[in-house]
Order: sequence, then structure tokens, then C-alpha cells
Amino acid sequence: MNIIETKDLHLYYGDFHALKGISMQISANSVTAFIGPSGCGKSTYLRLFNRMNDLITGVRIEGEVLVEGKDIYSNKTLVDLLRKDVGMVFQKPNPFPKSVYENVAYGLRVNGMNDKNFLDETVERSLKQSALWEEVKDKLKKSAYELSGGQQQRLCIARALAIEPKIILMDEPASALDPISTAKIEELIYELKKNYTIVIVTHNMQQASRVSDRTAFFYIGELIEYDDTKIMFTNPKNERTQNYITGRFG
Amino acid sequence: MNTENLKKTGRKKRVSQTIAFMTFRMMSLLIVLLLIVILAFIVVRGAGAISWDFITKMPADGMTAGGIMPAIIGTLYLVAGSMLFAFPIGVMSGIFINEYLKDGLIKRFITMMTNNLAGIPSIVFGLFGMALFVNKLKFGDSIIAGSLTLGLLALPVVIRTTEEALKAVENSFRDASFALGASKWYTTRKVVLPIAFPNIITGLILSVGRVSGETAPILFTVAAYFLPKLPNSIFDQVMALPYHLYVIATSGTKVEESRSMAYGTALVLIVIVLIVNLSANALRRYFHKKVKMN
Repeated sequence: MNIIETKDLHLYYGDFHALKGISMQISANSVTAFIGPSGCGKSTYLRLFNRMNDLITGVRIEGEVLVEGKDIYSNKTLVDLLRKDVGMVFQKPNPFPKSVYENVAYGLRVNGMNDKNFLDETVERSLKQSALWEEVKDKLKKSAYELSGGQQQRLCIARALAIEPKIILMDEPASALDPISTAKIEELIYELKKNYTIVIVTHNMQQASRVSDRTAFFYIGELIEYDDTKIMFTNPKNERTQNYITGRFG
Repeated sequence: MNTENLKKTGRKKRVSQTIAFMTFRMMSLLIVLLLIVILAFIVVRGAGAISWDFITKMPADGMTAGGIMPAIIGTLYLVAGSMLFAFPIGVMSGIFINEYLKDGLIKRFITMMTNNLAGIPSIVFGLFGMALFVNKLKFGDSIIAGSLTLGLLALPVVIRTTEEALKAVENSFRDASFALGASKWYTTRKVVLPIAFPNIITGLILSVGRVSGETAPILFTVAAYFLPKLPNSIFDQVMALPYHLYVIATSGTKVEESRSMAYGTALVLIVIVLIVNLSANALRRYFHKKVKMN
């Protein structure tokens, strides 16, 4: 089943044509990796799915973005409800300057859930899902800034998981982390795929080949090639994909 | 490049660096020295006048004897009143300008106006306060008229520091909150404001310092030349420290005799500002700890 689909999607920053007619389908409970050189539009494309581009002035969109079959750019869409279903993890770990507990509970409180037992349960479940529980269960009331960078990023994943999204968007989630923390995040992505649809932007070719089922290669605002990851990394059809993956440019 | 040349330029670089830093060090020392000299001057001249009676008694004998209690109380009332007015309004407009207003003509216009407001001489605020609060709104010479006038003066400082404090909050926090489905208002209340609050307090400190020492705005709106009693309501006149200082230093009947009282008054004013600043600083540190940044 295709949980995300775009049809002939164009995006402009003022006069700049950033995405040029992208049509693509992403299936549920899979990991899809977006790769491509800096400025190719992959992050911009990712941010369409939870409408984070709305925050930037001068952005204009043509075409359709369907999430679970619904056009999320129609006037009927409630952006806050969309963002409850489509979570996001950012490049730099960005926990709030609050306690570990309050970070995970934040999204629940946003959505009006304040029952203590429910919060306790959900915080624990989310931290277990993000493989952080054992490390933080004794310091839930401590500041999130006492955690290491890798732990902070898993905390951000727990925060996204707490409101039970269907899709999780990850914008270079491990690029600011050391190799061990990166490995932990990758393991986590592998686990999460059972219950969630994950779309990940990465600059790391090995990472894309390790964690994803499908890979999309973007170049200057265009979707050049999109296929099973195995095929993309062993036998790409397009020469530019081949060149990028083998490190000949980008 | 031979080694001889490299050594030469290396020596030159070190010498010019030493000269530069020496100059900077001298300048900052000069500032500190100046401050100490001013403070010492006031303390030496004023300490003799300070006594329990001086801060608790009414002025007497043509203001050459007695105390300055009504002026102390008056200044405290005026500072509190002006902050009560300027702080909520200033913080709210700062939030509006930085969090809600999109970049563009309107924002530039409002920012320009606040900057201009900060540049208006305080005597003009005094005249405006007299025209609007004293005469038009018929408050008369009163605490309320003086507080509102001082509040207007403090407003741009509070707005600017609020704006700067909010600007210093990284956008990644806002993004994280929006991505969880939070509205702008929720994000501002629960994430942005708590982070910015310690720095907003700085605005309060700065404006308290400025307001408590201002003479011109209270001249026509509240300050009494000589009024040896305490106010009964916000529609009463009061004496105030900076104006009292001006009066006994220049326009009293016995300027020479009240010289030491003038320095005593200055000392009290400085100490009050110092106490307010220190307690506001403590408040700032307390809130900073509370946001658990580290």
C-alpha cells in the first residue's frame, strides 16, 4: 500500500524552481532513503510531507501530495493533525530545555493528554521503543541536556514516537553523531520499520544501503532514479546515479 | 621565504598584538576606574549624611535637616508603577513583533518606531505626559501620571530586549514543537518564552535603572518640590529622589547648607538602583536554572 504519493510536484522558493515535477510513491512499513548532493532538493521534498515548508516565506507549491490518499495541501487539512500522524526527527538533536520525561510527554500534552498514568506509560513505552529506557530510567527528571548527543537524538525519536505517528521523517538524523551512536540509530530504524513508515534523508551512502528498502536519487530538483536499494547500489540504470553512488561527483 | 624573514614578520605580529591588547586593556581599566571614582566620590561626600533618621524622617528646616523618607517612598512607588505598566505591554508587543509578525514593511515600520521612541529626549516625554495624563485625562500631578510617563520612557527598552531575547532562541526548538503538532501560541508559551525569560528579565533590570534616575519626565507630572507627607492614593503627588536631589542642589533657599544632604540623597538613589539590579540578577539566574539548559 502506498502511504505517501506525490503527483507532478513543483516547488518554488520565490523565483527559484527547487523541485521540478516529482512523482513518487512510498509504501507503508518500509524505509525509503533520499540521497543526492547538497542542494538537490531532497530535504525540501521530505518537508513537504508534514508541511514544514509552510514556515518558510515565499514557498509556492504546484501538484499534489497525498498522505494516506488525502491531499494534505487542500484547505480542509488541519496541519496540527497531519503533524500528529507524520512525525519528524531533525539533523541536529534538538530536545527542549526540559526534563527527559517532559520532552517525551510534550507531544502528548500538545494534543491535550494530561492524565498522569497515561503519560507515565507512554513515556516509558516510547523510551523503550527508542532503546533509551535502560540508560535514562533513573534520570527522567534530569535535564535532557545531561544526555550525550546520541542519547539526545534517541530522545528526539522517542518524543516523535510518543504521539503514535504513522510516518516518521528523518532529516540526516545521524550526521551530527559519532559512529557508535550512528550504529544505534540505524539499528533503531531497522526495528521501527515493523510498525512505522520511515523516510530518511542521508548523505551517507553506506547508511542508505544498510537501512533502506528503497532509495531515491535526487539531482538539481529532479528525481533521477528510484528503485529497490539493492538494485540502486549494484545495478543503477542511470549514469548519474552510478557516478554519485561510486563517489565520482557530489 | 627564508627563515630570517619569517622570524622578522613573526616578531612584528607579536609586537602589534601586544600593543593592541594593551590598548584594549587600558580602555577597560579606565572605564572601571571611572566608575569607582564616581562611586567613591558619592560615598565619601554622602556617607556623613546617612543615618537612620535620614532615611526614615521627613525633611525639615527648609530641607537642610531631617530626612528624605517621602522621596524614597515616592521613587519606589514610581518605579513599581511604571514597571507595572511598561513590562506587560512591552513584553507582549515584543512577542508579537518577533513571533507573529512576518518580515516586511509593517515589521520594519514598527521596529523603526520603537527605535525612535527610545531616542526621544526624556524632557519631551515629560511634556507629553503633562499634556495627556495630567491635563487631558485630568489625573493632575499624581503618581499615576508620573508612572505612566516613566512607563512610556521604559517601553522601548523592554520591547527591544524582549525582541532580542526571543531572537536568541534557536529556531530548532520552534521546529521541534511545530513538528509535534503544536500551535504557534502553544510553542511560544511552553518552549520559546521559558527559554527567553531570563534575558527578558534583563530588560526589566535596565529599565528600572533608567526609570529610577529620571528627573525630566516626573518634573511636570508628579514630583513635588516639598511635601512632607506620604501619598494616600495613586492620585496624590509625591517627592522623588532625583528631583529632590536637583532641588536641594540647585534651587533650594539654602543650597550650601544642604550640600551634604544632596550627596546623601545621591547615595541612597544609587544604593536603591544597586539593590534592584542585584535582586533582578538573582531572579534571572533562578529562571535560567529552571529552564534546565545544562
